[in-house]
Amino acid sequence: MSGNFKVIDNYLMVRMPEEIDHHKSSYISENADKFIVREQINHVVFDFEDTKFMDSSGIGIILGRYKKIACFGGKVFAIHTDHRIRHLLMISGLHKIVEIMD
Amino acid sequence: MKNEMKMEFDAISANEAFARVAVAAFVSELDPTLEEISDIKTAVSEAVTNAVIHGYDGIEGGKVNIRCFIDQDVLHVEIIDKGKGIDDIEKAMEPLFTTKPELNRSGMGFPFMEAFMDDLEVLSVPGEGTTVIMKKKIGCIPWIGDEE
Repeated sequence: MSGNFKVIDNYLMVRMPEEIDHHKSSYISENADKFIVREQINHVVFDFEDTKFMDSSGIGIILGRYKKIACFGGKVFAIHTDHRIRHLLMISGLHKIVEIMD
Repeated sequence: MKNEMKMEFDAISANEAFARVAVAAFVSELDPTLEEISDIKTAVSEAVTNAVIHGYDGIEGGKVNIRCFIDQDVLHVEIIDKGKGIDDIEKAMEPLFTTKPELNRSGMGFPFMEAFMDDLEVLSVPGEGTTVIMKKKIGCIPWIGDEE
């Protein structure tokens, strides 16, 4: 599971699981936070390539990490989002703080 | 067409995935689109998560009940907990309102249920529990179009 986190320069890459719900979310949040503190991460990239299901817990993961890094000028990115994930980001207003890239 | 299903399970987070998959499997006889299945799974996941983390917050041995029935082309889902209930339902349903920001909750549970189902009703008595009733017509043009 630790292979889901990768540090490239000051970016943390988080490979999101197939299903993102409350059950899985604390593992992702806690580990991402460890990397953010330990590796002096500025920006976080969430990779949704494997993700087939997400509920509002995914929004909580992104929002929580954003709050941790935004005060130091950090940015949050979402990559490999399908139209469903983009729709969830839109209706929760997260597209205003997350850079969605293809 | 009429069909009914009831289930009861422990209010633990590991059962969230089981609950949404069970409801999605139940509705499959209506031949829903993949989009409709995703909508239902998201809404059920939100309601069950609420029951687990808010309804039974700190209470051991809680159970979540789900009752589903199909009437013609409409799916009815009721998600019932006997937990602590909601003091202010209107406030709880506001987007971004959460009582658990420390758990990385986004406050988007009820808004997602509202967005993905056609009808949402929340009944709650403090100290007695909460029932979330959702309805969705299967096989109609979605209310919310894609952003593209």
